[in-house]
Amino acid sequence: MSLGASDILISNTELVPGREIVEFYGVVTGNTVRAKHIGRDIMAGLKNVVGGELVGYTELLQDSRQEATERMIEQARSMGANAVVNVRFATSSISQGAAELFAYGTAVRVR
Amino acid sequence: MSGGQALDLFFNIGFPIALLVFAYLIGSLIERRHFASIRKRESALRGFPVTTFERLPAQWRVSNAGLVSGSIVVSLDYFKRVIAGLRAIVGGRVKTYEPLLERARREALLRMAENARRDGYDAVVNVRLETSRLANAAGNGNGTAGVEMLAFGTAVKLDRR
Repeated sequence: MSLGASDILISNTELVPGREIVEFYGVVTGNTVRAKHIGRDIMAGLKNVVGGELVGYTELLQDSRQEATERMIEQARSMGANAVVNVRFATSSISQGAAELFAYGTAVRVR
Repeated sequence: MSGGQALDLFFNIGFPIALLVFAYLIGSLIERRHFASIRKRESALRGFPVTTFERLPAQWRVSNAGLVSGSIVVSLDYFKRVIAGLRAIVGGRVKTYEPLLERARREALLRMAENARRDGYDAVVNVRLETSRLANAAGNGNGTAGVEMLAFGTAVKLDRR
């Protein structure tokens, strides 16, 4: 999965390779809080007996991370940026069964 | 021994043991197959540079860049969880958890590299790895629902002139 949008470059390096930063707009963030649905939990509970990949959870987290990234990109776009650099991801468990995923980075204009 | 007692014995001792044996057999099979698949795909990706460096080699001319990621959620089988629980009493190295985390991390890296290659990139730089534990929704404190491994990095497309 490639994260991001076609018009906004995103990178987890401080500089976008091959480009030059001409303006800084500040920190942009995007988050999403998700709970697992019960059907997936039951399936995962069964899978927990034999171990291995919990495909339902992998997809859930990928979708959530994609959404957090899109929100971050939306904020950068509204500031007039054309790139987000030094992107980081973080996860925090806020309650039993729900988790927050967020993405943050620095919105910049590159040339 | 009456029929009722035999049934009790089965549910109290026989069933957990049967579950342990079943989990051990299937769990080991899944793990062996996963490692075989990881090794095969890793050798297929030989020659595709994936680095943790932030700076690019000076001779590379980059024409495009973008973020790529790969992730996986894995869980431990019942047998290994029981072994790990026993190990926690005396302390020391929990060998049953080590291959689980290793294969999850290698799988996440592989998925990231495969995504980058599929999207037409030539290399991935500044790779970072993150691990997070998923809470068990049942909340019974019986181990974890799973562990997520995330690998992400900046994929670059090179100008080959």
